[in-house]
Amino acid sequence: MEQDRNLDIILKCENVSKKFQTKHRTKEVIGNINLEVRKNEFVVLFGPGQCGKTTMLNILSGLEKTTTGKVFLNDREVVEPGPDRGVVFQSISLYPWLTVMGNVEYGPKVRGINKKVRKEKAEYYIELVGLKGFENSYPNQISGGMKQRVGIARAYCNEPDVLFMDEPFSALDAQTRYLMQEEIMRIWEKEKRTVIFVTNNIEEALYLADRIILFTNCPTQIKKEYVIDLPRPRDYTSDDFLKLREEITENMAHTL
Amino acid sequence: MKKSDKKGIFLSVLSVIAFLGIWYLCTKVLKLVPENTLPDPVKVFSTFVDKFTNPNPDGGTLLQHMGASLQVALTGYIMAIVIGIPLGILMAWNKYVDRFVRPIFDLIKPIPGVAWIPLMIVIFGIGLQSKAAVVFFSAVVPCILNSYTGIRQTKEVHLWVARTFGGTRNQMLFKIAIPTALPYIMTGTRIALGAAWVAIVAAELLGSTRGLGFMIQQARGIYRTDIIIVGMLAIGICGAFLTAVLGIIERIVVKGRKSND
Ligand SMILES: Nc1ncnc2c1ncn2[C@@H]1O[C@H](COP(=O)(O)OP(=O)(O)OP(=O)(O)O)[C@@H](O)[C@H]1O
Ligand SMILES: [Mg+2]
Repeated sequence: MEQDRNLDIILKCENVSKKFQTKHRTKEVIGNINLEVRKNEFVVLFGPGQCGKTTMLNILSGLEKTTTGKVFLNDREVVEPGPDRGVVFQSISLYPWLTVMGNVEYGPKVRGINKKVRKEKAEYYIELVGLKGFENSYPNQISGGMKQRVGIARAYCNEPDVLFMDEPFSALDAQTRYLMQEEIMRIWEKEKRTVIFVTNNIEEALYLADRIILFTNCPTQIKKEYVIDLPRPRDYTSDDFLKLREEITENMAHTL
Repeated sequence: MKKSDKKGIFLSVLSVIAFLGIWYLCTKVLKLVPENTLPDPVKVFSTFVDKFTNPNPDGGTLLQHMGASLQVALTGYIMAIVIGIPLGILMAWNKYVDRFVRPIFDLIKPIPGVAWIPLMIVIFGIGLQSKAAVVFFSAVVPCILNSYTGIRQTKEVHLWVARTFGGTRNQMLFKIAIPTALPYIMTGTRIALGAAWVAIVAAELLGSTRGLGFMIQQARGIYRTDIIIVGMLAIGICGAFLTAVLGIIERIVVKGRKSND
C-alpha cells in the first residue's frame, strides 16, 4: 500500500493568510495555513459553515489572492487561475445557453484544441459521469444531480493536474448525494487526479477522503489532520467508520 | 389536438363573431349611429378590399401606404438596433463608456419619441429622414436599456469558470456576457418595435405625404370613417406581423432559456 502511493508533492501552501478589506473593517478569514498535497491524493477540507473553506479553495485555484504566503503547484507559484486547475463550484455554474456537450468542451475550446479531439474528449467524460445520451440537452432540461455531473465532466475534460470541488453535492437531496459520492469515487479511481474536496458533511468526508483536514472557525486554521486508510468502497455503518466519525465530530464540536 | 385547445379556439372564434355581430346589430339593424359616423362591418370589409386597388381619395393604394410606413419604420428601427445594442453592451461592460454616455442618455431617456416630431420636421422636413429619426429616438432607448440590463445579469461564477479555463476578457464578453444578455436584448428589440410602430404612425398623422397615418388623416378630413378603420386595421396587422417575425428570430437565437427568465 505504502509503495504504490506516489509521494510527489504536487500542491504546496506556505503560511497562507487572507484578510478581506471592506469599507469599515478588515475581516481575517484565514489565519495561517501550511499544507502539502501529494499527487493523486483525495484531500477533504472539512470545517464548520462560513469558516473560510471557499476562500481557501479560491486561493488554491488562483481566483483569490493571498494576503500573506504563497501557493505552489508543481513548484510554480500560483498567481492567477489556469487550465492546470479545474474547479467544480458550490453553486450551479453551467452556461444555460450551451448544451451539455457545449459546456463540457468549453475548457478545451478556450485553449484552442481542435474540434475533433475536444469532441472525443468531451464524449469520453460525458460517458464517464453517466450522461451518455444527454449531450444535446440544455441545463434547464436536466436535474440538479445531472447538472453537477456535467460540472464534474467539464472540470475533468480540461485534464487539469488538480481538481477543486467546493461542496458540489450540498444542493442535492440525501439520496442523490449518496449516489454522487459513490460516483465521484468511481470516477476518481478510473481517472486518477489530485482532488481537493470541500464539505461540511462528516459522512461525505469520511467516505471520500485519503486525508481529512479539519478547519477551525474563522479566522480558520488547521486544527487537525486525519489520514483515513479504511478500505474502499467504504461502509457507512462499519465500526471503524463510526468510530472515526465520532472522534472527528467530537473534535469539531470543541472548535465551535 | 388536445380537447382544451379545441375549446380555446372555439372561444376565440366566438368572441370575434360576437364582436362583429354586435357591431353589425348596432349599425345596420338598429341604426344607433349614422352610417358615416360608424360604418357597418360589411362596408368596412368592402372598402378594405377596394383599397387594395383604389388610390382614391388619398393618392395611394393600401399596399403603397403600408410599404411607405414599413420602409420608414424599419429604417429607423434598424438604425436603433445597430447603434443601441452595442452601445448598451459597451456601457455595461466598460465603466468609462458608461460615464461618458450616461449624462446624455439619462437626459434623452424620459423624452417620449413623439416629442421629437416637431423638431425633426423643422430640421429634416416631412420626408423619410425626419420620420426615421423620430422612430430611431423612440426605439433606441429600449435597445440600450435592455442590453445594459442584460449584460449586468452576468453571473460572477460564470466569469470564474471562464477564468479557470484561461479565458481572456474579450472571450468573457463574447462567450459569456453577451449570451447571458441575449434574452434581455431580444426583449428590448420587441419593446423597441412596438415603440417604433407607435412613433411612425404618430409622425405620419402630424406631417406626411404617404403612409398609413397619412391615409387616415386624409380620410378624417373628408369624413371617410370606413377608410379610417381600414387604416387602423392595416396598422394592427402590420404590427402583429412584425412581432411574429421577431418571435421566430427570438426562438432561433435564444436557446436553453425562456426569453425572459
Ligand atoms: N469577497 C469577500 N469580501 C468580504 N468578506 C468575504 C468575502 N468572501 C468571503 N468573505 C467572508 O469570509 C468568510 C468565509 O467565507 P467562505 O465563503 O470562504 O466560507 P465557507 O466556509 O465557504 O462558507 P460556507 O460553508 O457557507 O460555504 C465569511 O464570513 C464571508 O462573509
Ligand atoms: Mg463555501
